[in-house]
Amino acid sequence: MILLFVSLFSFSVNSNAKSITLGWAAWDPANALQELTKEFTAETGIEVNFEFVPWPNFADRMLNELNNKGKTFDLLIGDSQWIGAGAVYGHYVKLNDFFDKEGISMSDFSPATVYAYSTWPKGSENYYALPAMGDALAWAYRKDWFDRPELKSEFKKKHGYDLGVPANWNQLHDMCKFFQGREIDGQKRYGAAINTERGSEGITMGVTAAMYAWGMEYENPNKPYDMEGYFNSPQAVEAVEFYRKLYEDCAPPGHSDAYMVANLDAYKSGQVAFQMNWYAFWPGVSKEDSDGRVSGFFANPKQNVAAATLGGQGISVVKYSDKQDLALEYIKWFARPDVQQKWWDLGGYSCHNDVLNSPSFPTSTVYAQGFLDSMGIVKDFWQEPTFVELMLPMQEAIHDYVVNGKGTAKEALDKIIAEWVEVFEADGKL
Amino acid sequence: MSVKKKFKGLSDKAVGWLFIGPTVLLLLAINIYPLVYAIKMSFTNFYANKIGREPQFVGLKNYIKVLNKEAIWEKMQVTASFMFWTLLLQAIIGLGLALLLNRKFKGNELLTTLIVLPMMLSPAVVGVFWTYLYNPQVGLFNYVVNFFYDLGSFDMIGSSTLAPWAIVIVDTWMWTPFTMLICLAGLRSVPNYLYEAAEVDRASKWQQFIYITLPSVLPFLLLALLFRGIENFKMFDMVVELTSGGPGSATELASINLKREAFEKWKTGYSSAFAVILFVTIFGFGNVYVKVMNKIKER
Repeated sequence: MILLFVSLFSFSVNSNAKSITLGWAAWDPANALQELTKEFTAETGIEVNFEFVPWPNFADRMLNELNNKGKTFDLLIGDSQWIGAGAVYGHYVKLNDFFDKEGISMSDFSPATVYAYSTWPKGSENYYALPAMGDALAWAYRKDWFDRPELKSEFKKKHGYDLGVPANWNQLHDMCKFFQGREIDGQKRYGAAINTERGSEGITMGVTAAMYAWGMEYENPNKPYDMEGYFNSPQAVEAVEFYRKLYEDCAPPGHSDAYMVANLDAYKSGQVAFQMNWYAFWPGVSKEDSDGRVSGFFANPKQNVAAATLGGQGISVVKYSDKQDLALEYIKWFARPDVQQKWWDLGGYSCHNDVLNSPSFPTSTVYAQGFLDSMGIVKDFWQEPTFVELMLPMQEAIHDYVVNGKGTAKEALDKIIAEWVEVFEADGKL
Repeated sequence: MSVKKKFKGLSDKAVGWLFIGPTVLLLLAINIYPLVYAIKMSFTNFYANKIGREPQFVGLKNYIKVLNKEAIWEKMQVTASFMFWTLLLQAIIGLGLALLLNRKFKGNELLTTLIVLPMMLSPAVVGVFWTYLYNPQVGLFNYVVNFFYDLGSFDMIGSSTLAPWAIVIVDTWMWTPFTMLICLAGLRSVPNYLYEAAEVDRASKWQQFIYITLPSVLPFLLLALLFRGIENFKMFDMVVELTSGGPGSATELASINLKREAFEKWKTGYSSAFAVILFVTIFGFGNVYVKVMNKIKER
């Protein structure tokens, strides 16, 4: 009996010693990664446990874990904005020596993703993550409705141009409004499911898609943290006003606190003609539409400039992990070009040049070209260690203006700048 | 050594301490120590997420900052309005239901059980399912309202005018049974002979209500409102699930703002000052309220 107990105990100790835990958000790509990782376990014998946290709680859960120096996770696929905090507060292991030793070159990965997901300070050669999941905010539309001759001719008659992929935000608004309240197949349809979520980052990610396209800059390129006249420039104000117009004219009723899943649900249930969402969701949308008849996809439309909101994440080794060696082994495996190709094939968005530059890549899926286009024009929110403190006032002020209809766009942006100045002052940046 | 022998020689006072000792220790560890620590932190510029950065003493700066921040007063106003309307509605409806259920009729017990069901649910669950009930397209709430009075499509959660009422309605739905139960206990403690004497004195039903029922049940009602007031001052989960404090900041209660400052922005020193101010506020109001309540009881 004692022998049995001892052998069971030693088995459990051994199995723990050869296992690591990876934390990420609970969404489709996480399931693809779980599938992919089976090959890693088969090759190395290292078990990988997964903890996927729903998006609304993802940042809270993971950042609390890091701040408390928790050992739950050995690997973390953290949002791009966390990289500053991960590096400055010492949550992530610096990977330069490991990359050099294993011959992993960052030049093998798309420059935009290396810049966004791996480096701190920005643009330096200090790497704290391997680009894991490229992503950007994009649009899906109901191609089957757009292809209907009666709707096409009615739209052309009204607007003088074809109903199709919008060339800019004005056209996007025209098309969304065209479908707003329209009855199709006996059901009332609406224009667009756009980001309006208040609690985490939703409305900020949505409104910045417009602000970037209008040419907004966060700060004076020659004077860091000087935001006056940049973040609240006339173009930025116009973009925020436009986003409110899009919400008022084109969102389905009750779409006042919506982000990824709510947008997806509104689209899948046939309520809306357009949805704004991350590329990460397109494999799921596309899978249900094998002949490509129902859905079409396109990159964020340009207005004054071509730009898109960056999503996506890098994979980092947690400094507090007792199994850093096993975690690094996973990163070494994940960085391999053949694994990256399988990652893309399973529905993950590889950032590896071998995958992205492959001649067959643009036609490999209906959204692949859009993804390539987007990754060339992405812009991200502040990646400062204080990004949560910067995000929350923006969430509140933009939601107050766009959804609540309070004040003006200029007032909202001024209010955000005032809060941001306070944050940067407390952080010693100003 | 037997237990009896072991404790032989201990004074009554010592035995008393032996019994309450663990509780006192627990109280000190999980209530008093965090409170003292929070008060200490409130005088510093501590950020819990900035590892290695030593907190510096900043005097009353955090308190001055909290009290001078316009946004904080907005949250306090939202909290005050939420408390006023929920307590008022729960007092009126709770007392009304208690009066109804105090009568003997068939199905009384079943009805009481059904009425108290909402307060047995988790506030987070309640928040989630009311978001569906309030859905302008498929929500039952909107359907029922439109059935009686055609308002067309309206969004309870997305409108800054309606959202504060949305949270008041849900809290009232959930917690009126609590007020009702306490009032019912009060009503059932009123001796019958008082009503019999009133009947003899030819007092009308209204007079019986004003001079017997209400004074008897009032201390119970005030106690229920005290509990509800304290709970609603700290209200968090249900509102977060229902509106996330939105639209904008229309339903951002003080406790939601405190959580955001403390555990999202990690402004530990500042949020400790805010927490101390909230604690002093509710403690002060609670004390005044209890004194008033005792005076009413003494009458």
